[in-house]
Amino acid sequence: MSWTVLLGLGAVSYALKAVGPVLAGGRQLGPQARRALDLVAVPLLAALILVQTVGGPHRLVVDARVPALAVAAVLVWRRAPFLVVVLAAAATAALLRAVA
Amino acid sequence: MGEFAGHKGNHLPLPRGYRGGMAAAVATTPDRTLGNAAGIGIAVGVYGISFGVLAVAAGLSPAQACVMSMLVFTGASQFAFVGVLAAGGGALAACGPAVMLALRNAAYGLSLSAILPRRLRTRAFAAQLVIDESTAMARAQDDPATARAAFFATGISVWLCWNAGTLAGALLGGGLGDPRALGLDAMFPAAFLALLAPQLRRPGAPVAAIAGATIALALIPFAPAGVPVIAALAGVIPGLLVANGVRG
Repeated sequence: MSWTVLLGLGAVSYALKAVGPVLAGGRQLGPQARRALDLVAVPLLAALILVQTVGGPHRLVVDARVPALAVAAVLVWRRAPFLVVVLAAAATAALLRAVA
Repeated sequence: MGEFAGHKGNHLPLPRGYRGGMAAAVATTPDRTLGNAAGIGIAVGVYGISFGVLAVAAGLSPAQACVMSMLVFTGASQFAFVGVLAAGGGALAACGPAVMLALRNAAYGLSLSAILPRRLRTRAFAAQLVIDESTAMARAQDDPATARAAFFATGISVWLCWNAGTLAGALLGGGLGDPRALGLDAMFPAAFLALLAPQLRRPGAPVAAIAGATIALALIPFAPAGVPVIAALAGVIPGLLVANGVRG
């Protein structure tokens, strides 16, 4: 893995974070732009859930991650703490794989 | 690390009474700010451990994993980067989804600008702390002073725990055994779900989520690693149309 790429990615990440605090002064986004940017993470997170749950090498894969996500969904719905949600998902997948 | 926040502003671009999911844990009184910051930090430290493990498994040296967490310091991007590497992609190809996911930090930074201290040096330092958790914690507060305290407390706590976790995970590395056997891979969708759920209350968000999920599902079998997530960004458009329709 190249150090140059790594440091470059670090620089780009910082630059993005610094746009508001360092460069833009007090400038704010308009309401429409803010609404759009507020929504940006929603489809990305939804896509990440799918990719991480059923994503495989060039195909959809149904494995222990699916029931693990179902357990997580119930816990999220029951407003369980964040840590409980992720650990329960890991435990579910680990248990199912140990049994299988 | 994920994000959630509101869209309606008074003095801060966040809604009052926004108390869903993780926000229930982060809507603070000033004296609870430190406790919540520590709690979120510990939760993020767990990600950090799994990131360290997965990064080393994907071919990064422990030093590279640690430097990445210190400098890039944005979880979803780092996981996306390592994920593409693990799937056999090159380092440059891995940067695409990582940068895409980091774009939201620019939006966070803009929205936080008003509550940050005036001094440029402090703002340059604060910029590195602009991430999902610190933004969410700041936005969950009702006044700028508490928001500023919550931002710094959370940002520093998460930075320390994320890096400590990365170091621990990178050193544990292969010794921990198969990450799959431990169910580590199942932690990611669960975490993303926990972060997404509170955001679904926003106008247009359910439509954007369904659109994003559908795009990803359709592309997973065909597109190279990272592409489905980037393409899912188009889900913002129907979400925005619905949100504007709701507003009249």
